[in-house]
Amino acid sequence: MSVDKNTVAKIARLARIRVDEKQQEELTGELNQILGWIEQLSELDTDGVEPMTSVVEMTQPLREDVVNDGYYVDRVTKNAPESAHGFYAVPKVVE
Amino acid sequence: MSNLNNLTISDALDGMEKGDFSARELTEAHISAMEKTRELNAYIVETPEIALEMADASDKKRAAGDAGLMEGIPIAMKDLFCTEGTQTTAASRILDGFVPTYESTVSGNLWNAGAVMLGKSNLDQFAMGSANITSYYGNVINPWQRKDSDAQLTPGGSSGGSAASVAARSAMAATGTDTGGSIRQPAAFSGIVGLKPTYGRCSRWGVIAFASSLDQAGPMTRSVRDAAIMLEAMAGYDAKDSTSVNVAVPCYQKALTGDIRGLKVGIPKEYRMDGTPKEIDEAWEQGIEWLKSAGAEPVEISLPHTKYALPAYYIIAPAECSSNLARYDGVRYGLRVDGESLDDMYERTRGEGFGDEVKRRILIGTYVLSAGYYDAYYNKARRVRTLIANDFKKAYESVDVILTPTAPSPAFGIGEKMDDPIAMYLNDVFTVPASLAGLPGISIPTGLSSEGTPLGLQLLGKAFDEETVLKVAGVVEEAAGFSALPQLMAGGK
Repeated sequence: MSVDKNTVAKIARLARIRVDEKQQEELTGELNQILGWIEQLSELDTDGVEPMTSVVEMTQPLREDVVNDGYYVDRVTKNAPESAHGFYAVPKVVE
Repeated sequence: MSNLNNLTISDALDGMEKGDFSARELTEAHISAMEKTRELNAYIVETPEIALEMADASDKKRAAGDAGLMEGIPIAMKDLFCTEGTQTTAASRILDGFVPTYESTVSGNLWNAGAVMLGKSNLDQFAMGSANITSYYGNVINPWQRKDSDAQLTPGGSSGGSAASVAARSAMAATGTDTGGSIRQPAAFSGIVGLKPTYGRCSRWGVIAFASSLDQAGPMTRSVRDAAIMLEAMAGYDAKDSTSVNVAVPCYQKALTGDIRGLKVGIPKEYRMDGTPKEIDEAWEQGIEWLKSAGAEPVEISLPHTKYALPAYYIIAPAECSSNLARYDGVRYGLRVDGESLDDMYERTRGEGFGDEVKRRILIGTYVLSAGYYDAYYNKARRVRTLIANDFKKAYESVDVILTPTAPSPAFGIGEKMDDPIAMYLNDVFTVPASLAGLPGISIPTGLSSEGTPLGLQLLGKAFDEETVLKVAGVVEEAAGFSALPQLMAGGK
């Protein structure tokens, strides 16, 4: 499988990364090189093989469903580019 | 350079216990070395004031008879570990100026054990790279140079600043993280010891995530014993990391008995690859001979899916990275580049904040996870990962440990392999399989290449059997007697 410039533009949009026309060209070549190389996996028969979910055999740990952390708005918003009244501030999204 | 800089951790602990010198003196010697080796660009942020404060506290603790496992030992902290009150960037512009309000579990464990923070070491951006050439804060220079050449070499990556600082004696040890080889390969390139523990051994909490199913923190030191001491301080169960494994942390130093008689050492035939330089194979043969002389038995084994490990890794790691890095949106922390709409703000922020290699991997990851390709790429890679893990499981039915080269070449020049992403990816050909299987591995410096630069050998162990890995590594270290020094150290060679 290979990608063209339009596909690169589409995945860049899905990933919310601005990529200009020139970079789209370069990335198309680079991504195709990488995708072509990983294509070699298709020669391997993996029918009936379980996809790995966890490298360590363990059961998912559970804990009581109680609040055990939090209540420090200042620390949470300290690194925000913009915050107000204990909230993150973003550009207007609703007209 | 004062001779305090050349000590190992174990020597320095003895020296402080005997009262030969204080943690403050030891720390001052390393602060001075850090200043004198700035040309290496090993640190993104130096924290001398914090270091001296911590050293003084350490001296008090020791005087009170309350010394921890790493009491008074000055170390570099890879700038992927969140450190409360000290900038943490993952070497990316998107986190420039980010000052965490919390401490990662592993760094916290080290401070509790008495370690002293010299600064935050440079790395490949978001730990993505094998040459430390993708950092927003500039390349790290390897303290080693080729014979008769002052060309700048890469220290390897992604833990390149950590490796360079330990090799240049501007830190006694450093933390690293390893996703596909990011501790072991730079250790080999820089002539030091680097240990990647079993997945789940060290908590990932507070470590900026790259590929969560693979990321693992570990020590980078100048001796196997130091790696044992530091791992004990770093490791342990942490309820805040749901993949942290609740098993007891042994005293790893006790494993260093030097007795490997009767141990079976697997030599995987698939690691003899076409195009590997002859001296890499020769170093490997030498390693086999050393272990044989010490009474171990080399056994040829097969890890048949080895060649598929790298391509599988370059699906799984980018897939996880594209999900993990979705959090950098210009809203909660880090860079924000204003745009005409919220989406435009996201796109500009991420377009300008991430470096080229990071973007490449996010895009690959987004593609392989997108509708219609998920099964063909991502699930396929996860199936291959199962096969690779099974290869190791089968091998460990007949051997105790596996010996391989760490990297397919010695350190290369900065600028080489830069225009071909795949040539760069091939650096990790010997380290990635064990990463996919979650197994522990160590790189030990064993000698110099014909160019005069370090070569390393890798030992891989069974899950949670770091002890055997360290024990055999100790024997290799002893036999190799690696004592060469890099050219670019504080005060010169």
